[in-house]
Amino acid sequence: MSALAVKDLSKAFGGLKVTRGVSLDIAPGERRLIIGPNGAGKTTLFNLITGELTPDSGSIHLFGQDITKTPSRQRPHLGMARTYQIITLFARDTIIHNVLLALLGLSTARWNPITDIKHQGHLVEHGRAALERVGLAAIAERPLSQTSYGERRRVEIAMALAQNPKVLLLDEPFAGLSIDERRDVHKCLMAIPRDVTIVMIEHNMDVALEFAERITLLHFGEVIVEGTRAEVVDNPRTREVYLGH
Amino acid sequence: MNSTMSLRVFAIIIAVAALATLPLWMGGIYYINVASQILLYAVFALGLNVLVGYAGLTSLGHAGLFGVAAYATGYMLQLGYGHTESILVALLVGVASMAVYAVLSLRSTGIGFIMITLALGEILWGLAYRWISLTGGDNGINVPKRPAPFGYSLSNATNFYFTTLIVFLLVVVVMAIFVRSPLGAALRGTRDQPRRMNALGYHVWAIRFYACLFSGLLTAVSGILFVYYTQFISPQTLALTSSAEVLLMVIAGGPGTLLGPIVGAGLVVIVKTVVSGFIERWNFLLGAIFVAIVILMPDGLVPGTTRLWRLATRKRAPVAAKTEGAP
Repeated sequence: MSALAVKDLSKAFGGLKVTRGVSLDIAPGERRLIIGPNGAGKTTLFNLITGELTPDSGSIHLFGQDITKTPSRQRPHLGMARTYQIITLFARDTIIHNVLLALLGLSTARWNPITDIKHQGHLVEHGRAALERVGLAAIAERPLSQTSYGERRRVEIAMALAQNPKVLLLDEPFAGLSIDERRDVHKCLMAIPRDVTIVMIEHNMDVALEFAERITLLHFGEVIVEGTRAEVVDNPRTREVYLGH
Repeated sequence: MNSTMSLRVFAIIIAVAALATLPLWMGGIYYINVASQILLYAVFALGLNVLVGYAGLTSLGHAGLFGVAAYATGYMLQLGYGHTESILVALLVGVASMAVYAVLSLRSTGIGFIMITLALGEILWGLAYRWISLTGGDNGINVPKRPAPFGYSLSNATNFYFTTLIVFLLVVVVMAIFVRSPLGAALRGTRDQPRRMNALGYHVWAIRFYACLFSGLLTAVSGILFVYYTQFISPQTLALTSSAEVLLMVIAGGPGTLLGPIVGAGLVVIVKTVVSGFIERWNFLLGAIFVAIVILMPDGLVPGTTRLWRLATRKRAPVAAKTEGAP
């Protein structure tokens, strides 16, 4: 059974077709890289998979369960987590508070109007453990406004990991990072266990190729090449529309 | 306990002690009544602050809810029911009205939310004017007697003040608990990043709906206090100017803070009731104060003053450290 199966997914904004019959079949534990030039429809595809956009046609299955019509807020409860291309965090709060919000999202404690959030012992423990995985436990209490761009990227990843996802969607996790920061994020991603399936959009081919097992190339909303690293890199269409000669 | 925390606890103790002994040191019934007004409007502003400050939803129709609870109390008393039944029904009517408000207005956020709440507030104001058989129209509804729970008559200004103070302190404690709770954190999350909250598994609409109900409950409480304070309710209480006034209390004091709406309520009520006795154009003064706040402290008086205090103490700290280290 596939971890994530997308079949004939299409989406148009007015006359502009941004996703045209995209199909993906991602095996459990796989590391899949989605590449393509700007405007190829990569982030739209993520938004369709997570339910932030409704597809015009096609279907999405998560571990065999049809989630095409499942509201986006329910998908994290089924084991799907994501990060954003543009960092989307809670800037007024501390790092640990951001991770606690991610944990509360899947807990019934989120409806609790009485107990202090800091007294949610098991959640705080889990939050610190998630921060430990991305190397930020030491600065857990630091306000987000006092963190670097690279640290914020890692907070995004920690929030996604805190939810114990079965499928993790990473939208350009290396975007805008320095060499050192890229190394830190790469280390975090490599440490994610195999029971988590990862689908990643990335432009930085050096780090992405090292990470990915299979690659899908999108162009004008269509899958034009798919295969192993070697197959995709060697394909003339990849060189033509994306890598250049 | 660190020094900031001890300072905060000390300030709270002093403030509560000052409020509890106010009738002893405040000269005259007039000023005790002004204090009662500040407290009941502070409860109203705290209720609105749940939406404006913590949910990021600006309502311009809250005076309608305030008035509905006041009218419900007055009408029930007019029908011959006791104070307990009247208060309970008024609370229920207030929350139910807010539920209707929420279902209609939460279809949108931002300017859409403001316009829908404004329209709903105007509908309630219009009903108060025109549904004469229920509301008495322009003549309003009189409440001949204040209650006397356990024989403690609220007819005199001091007793009414103490009752209002107890309700006010209860509301402050409830608010303080709520904003620190997971639901409070989730509500602030929906204010800052609704899309992200949805992607994290939260039902953003439901969280906002519960926040509306909580806000409606506090607004109803203040409406009941108001009708017992004035012993009269008329359509003017539901007017747009009343909604704008309480919104200004929240914005001037500092939305999203516990103390801000209380300070804002104090400012508006004092200018409206006390300063207006000395300055004919008190509206102009109030407007000038708001303009000054918006320019000098755009986050409101409480966050602005806190920032100034921090700046001052931070500047002083290195000087003190140098002095201590000097031979």
